[in-house]
Amino acid sequence: MTDALGAAVASPALLLMAAGLMLAVTPRLVRAIWLLGVPVLALMLLWALPTGLHGQVSLFGFDLTMLRVDGLSRVWATIFIIGSFLAGLYALHLDDRLQHVASLIYASAAVGAVLAGDLVTLFIFWEVTAISSVFLIWARRRVRAHIIGLRYLIIQVISGLLLMVGAIVHHRATGSIAFGHLGLEAAGGWLIFLAFGIKAAFPLLHNWMQDAYPESTPTGTVVLSIYTTKLAIYALARGFAGTEILIAIGAVMTLFPIFYAVIENDLRRVLAYSLNNQLGFMVVGIGIGTPLAVNGAAAHAFAHILYKGLLLMSMGAVLYRVGTVKASELGGLYKSMPATAVFCIVGSMSISAFPLFSGFVTKSMILTAAAEQHHWIVWCVLLIASAGVLDHSGIKVPFFSFFAHDAGYRVKEAPANMLAAMAITAALCIGIGVYPAPLYAILPFDVDYSPYTAAHVINQLQLLLFAALAFVTLYRSGLYPPEVRGINIDTDWLYRRALPIVVAGSRRALLGGRKRAIGAATIGLAGARQRLEQAFGVRGVMARTWTTGVMLLWVTALLAAYLLLYY
Amino acid sequence: MSRRERPTGWFERRVVIHTVIATLAVVCLGLLIAEWFYAKHPYFGFDGWFGFYPAAGFGAYCLIVLSAKALRPLLRRDEDYYGEADPDEADLEESIGREHRDD
Repeated sequence: MTDALGAAVASPALLLMAAGLMLAVTPRLVRAIWLLGVPVLALMLLWALPTGLHGQVSLFGFDLTMLRVDGLSRVWATIFIIGSFLAGLYALHLDDRLQHVASLIYASAAVGAVLAGDLVTLFIFWEVTAISSVFLIWARRRVRAHIIGLRYLIIQVISGLLLMVGAIVHHRATGSIAFGHLGLEAAGGWLIFLAFGIKAAFPLLHNWMQDAYPESTPTGTVVLSIYTTKLAIYALARGFAGTEILIAIGAVMTLFPIFYAVIENDLRRVLAYSLNNQLGFMVVGIGIGTPLAVNGAAAHAFAHILYKGLLLMSMGAVLYRVGTVKASELGGLYKSMPATAVFCIVGSMSISAFPLFSGFVTKSMILTAAAEQHHWIVWCVLLIASAGVLDHSGIKVPFFSFFAHDAGYRVKEAPANMLAAMAITAALCIGIGVYPAPLYAILPFDVDYSPYTAAHVINQLQLLLFAALAFVTLYRSGLYPPEVRGINIDTDWLYRRALPIVVAGSRRALLGGRKRAIGAATIGLAGARQRLEQAFGVRGVMARTWTTGVMLLWVTALLAAYLLLYY
Repeated sequence: MSRRERPTGWFERRVVIHTVIATLAVVCLGLLIAEWFYAKHPYFGFDGWFGFYPAAGFGAYCLIVLSAKALRPLLRRDEDYYGEADPDEADLEESIGREHRDD
């Protein structure tokens, strides 16, 4: 028992959480220890833990497994911890204890959730990610961010509740709370699937992300982009690998956010749509479920956290210096922020999957797996989506902020710690692209896959450069949609516009109905009162003074009636 | 920090822009010519057709951008459509020349 408890304590998640709590009470001089030193320690601890189940404790009749270290959970925990280090470095200049503490607790909860071996532990950490992350949105300290944070929290908590109810149903039916492969047929399977689907931003359940992420602080959005959605991808890979419906869901996910990303003006919101689209690739990989496909999803999640983080870091730096990331207001920033521009381009080329950049060696695994399983429609959708990624993340984000027409901003380059974080992240993006072997080595399955074949490199360059040529053609001919101010309605319209209208309408209708019902009832009552008054009132029939003769007549009549009834 | 002095930047010169576009066009031509010189491994058959990937890249890009453009009138609303726009979200004209302090 003590050994088990010892192993539970030796968790990278608890280490990060302790760092977060220490940061809350220690002076700012030692902040770097908690933000940078502890993630390094946590990564070492993670890799020192032997493969297997640790920290098994019995609590209230449940057999909890605090730590499950295997190929799948280790690759996710690794990238989460690396992400927490990079985000910590990026935010080091910031004098906001709330954000630092929230980031570390959020990271610890995400690591704890991927290492959880049972549904109860998963649920607890699942909820901690929701509660800690909302503070990163509120940290913007604006009324608007406050409202959006509440919306975000409601949706995250709904996901948690679905997971809890699903786990209870599952436990009652099977007597087990182990978090292994579930599948939709398992008891509570659909509920848990939906809980994961909300956090993975499935189509129609996605809008919390595009709503909330771009409203966080410059540093907060970077942190947010790392954990919640990828935790959901991990949970799907663990519980629902090979579930056929995920292929269709993922394919839709890769495609439809692209259209929004193309016309969106806020560049961090463009990146949120792009994040959604990249999650689609991972969901397709999990749906296919072959070792190559799941490896592809894991590798793509790993690479994605880095290049999406890098892109959001560069846009965060722009927001920090210029005060806006609206494409319609930006342009020509390469003169003021050349290093940030270069790092942004590295992120763009990585997400677009140019050869020698990280996206190339990871996304292709998913496409290859789809092709090997003869999903030709899905494969075509992923190919079209790849061309779309080149537009919104590859061209639009760097082009309209750093190039295009000069908007005239003359600002300072990003702070040194932001540049350092971007430099390390960019180096990792290129490193994975040039030498993917170390990443492939830590993937959950042993698969022999080499992305650098002549045909693959040439085909990818053809796809991307001809798409770039299409951009040049459209842009020069004036067909490219201009960057204009405004917002685009998405599924959030349903709960921000339609639902309030329906609620207000039904309230009005109900109030009107009540008024009419009361009116009708009052009229009825008034009639009854009038009749009663006629009968028993002061001048009513019953209250009249009657003569003795009439009374005698009535008594005789009653006695006669009595006699008749008696016989 | 001000908008008045605005030297022509490197990437605003006509020559540079034309060079970038010309380079892209030449590389694309090279990639099209390369179609004859490498062993294809098509998965389905149609992806082995001549010029499949160049056509897919160019076509898919135009399809996405132009259909998104067509969707814009349907989806776009005023920034304060939900009544949540930031009152302090700066207008371009107000923010020009604004000092950007270190912290």
